[in-house]
Amino acid sequence: MALLEVSRLHARYGHTRVLHGIDFRMEEGSITALLGANGAGKTTTLRALCGMLKTEGEVRFAGESIARRMTEDIVRLGIAHVPDGRGTFLNLTTEENLRLGAYVRRDKNAVESDLERMFGYFPRLKERRRQQAGTLSGGEQQMLAVSRALMLSPKLMLLDEPSFGLAPLLVRELFHILRRINEAERVSMLLVEQNAAMALDLADHAYLMETGRIVLAGKSCELKSDDAVRRSYLGY
Amino acid sequence: MDVVLHQVLAGLATGGIYASLALALVMIYQATHLVNFAQGEIAMFTTYIAWSLVNAGVPYWPAFGITVAVAFALGILIERVVIRPVENAPVLAVVVVFIALLVILNSVAGWIYTYTIKSFPSPFPKEPLFGIRYMSPHELGAIGVTLLVLAALYAFFRFTPLGLAMRAAAQNPQSSRLVGIRVGWMLALGWGLAAAVGAVAGMMVAPIVYLDPNMMGGILLYAFAAALVGGIDSPMGAVIGGFAVGVLENLLGAFVIGNELKLTVALALIIGVLLVRPSGFFGKVHVTRV
Repeated sequence: MALLEVSRLHARYGHTRVLHGIDFRMEEGSITALLGANGAGKTTTLRALCGMLKTEGEVRFAGESIARRMTEDIVRLGIAHVPDGRGTFLNLTTEENLRLGAYVRRDKNAVESDLERMFGYFPRLKERRRQQAGTLSGGEQQMLAVSRALMLSPKLMLLDEPSFGLAPLLVRELFHILRRINEAERVSMLLVEQNAAMALDLADHAYLMETGRIVLAGKSCELKSDDAVRRSYLGY
Repeated sequence: MDVVLHQVLAGLATGGIYASLALALVMIYQATHLVNFAQGEIAMFTTYIAWSLVNAGVPYWPAFGITVAVAFALGILIERVVIRPVENAPVLAVVVVFIALLVILNSVAGWIYTYTIKSFPSPFPKEPLFGIRYMSPHELGAIGVTLLVLAALYAFFRFTPLGLAMRAAAQNPQSSRLVGIRVGWMLALGWGLAAAVGAVAGMMVAPIVYLDPNMMGGILLYAFAAALVGGIDSPMGAVIGGFAVGVLENLLGAFVIGNELKLTVALALIIGVLLVRPSGFFGKVHVTRV
């Protein structure tokens, strides 16, 4: 059974239709990349999955229909979202931000150890533990957003441009951490990225979007060698 | 000197009440970015409930507890039934709803309890507490109750997961939903807490100003001034502002402008702060990166 199964998903902002019936599926434990130019509908797809938009069509998560459910209920099923723009709670401290990530969890001891684990992944966050999160740099806030999502102990992570605003060295570090988490904890990941080369390296499957439709799907290695993809998104 | 000291201490007692109500205003403001003009009337109405209970023979402190619980429920009910439908309405529409609430609660209280002024009991003994001569036992007790309420609220917001979730929901609803917080309920809970705090303020001030449907009009103005002086988005500022306004009002009333013009102090403060320092003295300048 697929972990996530999306069929004929439409979404709109007001009267403007942004997704025109997209279909895709993700296997449990996989990393799937959603590629495409600006405005292709990648961020919108993630938002639609989380119930942040009006949608038509069907979304099944672990066999259960989650279309048109409230965001907070979808999160409770174990779907964590690293949103576009990072979604930092600017006036709260770094630690409070992380604890909020685990808000729906009841296993207190595991939350404490997960908190330490996040500080292990991102030592910078530990240094800034008591600092107001609004004073963190863009890169630090990006690490915070990823860690906050991980604090949910999710089954599926939706990552919207996790590399945004990070120095190249940090991007590699972050992707390395994501792979470790994926392998060690079987957390599935749906990754939206501008940096197609890195995304294809990390992901095992990928979908290519253009103006609200999925135009190409396949294994990452296949997409990497596809001429059109190479020319338009990988740049060589 | 004794007279000044007495005025200052009495000012602290009423200041505590302003502080509580100002805090209730700030709590709603942080969540909705609007000033709840009906906050005083909610406090007045619940104080009448306490009066009914005491008159029906319920001992003071149980009546106090029941009233706080009823106020909490009333606050949640008002949010769910009246405020929620106008959640996304233009600012002015919501302000009109607040004013309507003010008028409705005021009239209903007058209709049920009449406009005759009633005395309200104080739970504190008549003899001076701890041998303190400068303050009446009720003033001293009111300060104690106020400080307890403030400390409890501080602990709740600072140290409990629910308090943290309420703060998160107030400042970033979208991110809050993404971590599973039921934002709508957090707002309702905020209304409940604000109403409960207001109820305590009402019961503490009623023995001083007597109970009538218009008793909170002036007090709400002072509370509003207090919240503005402290910074309308700063809970700590509202509390300090409350005590400061209470003392200032008393000193000016006793020595400078006379009791009849006391309310002018509140109005002058409101205008003065808005003109000179709109963010108040403790209003945070939030640091954000571009």
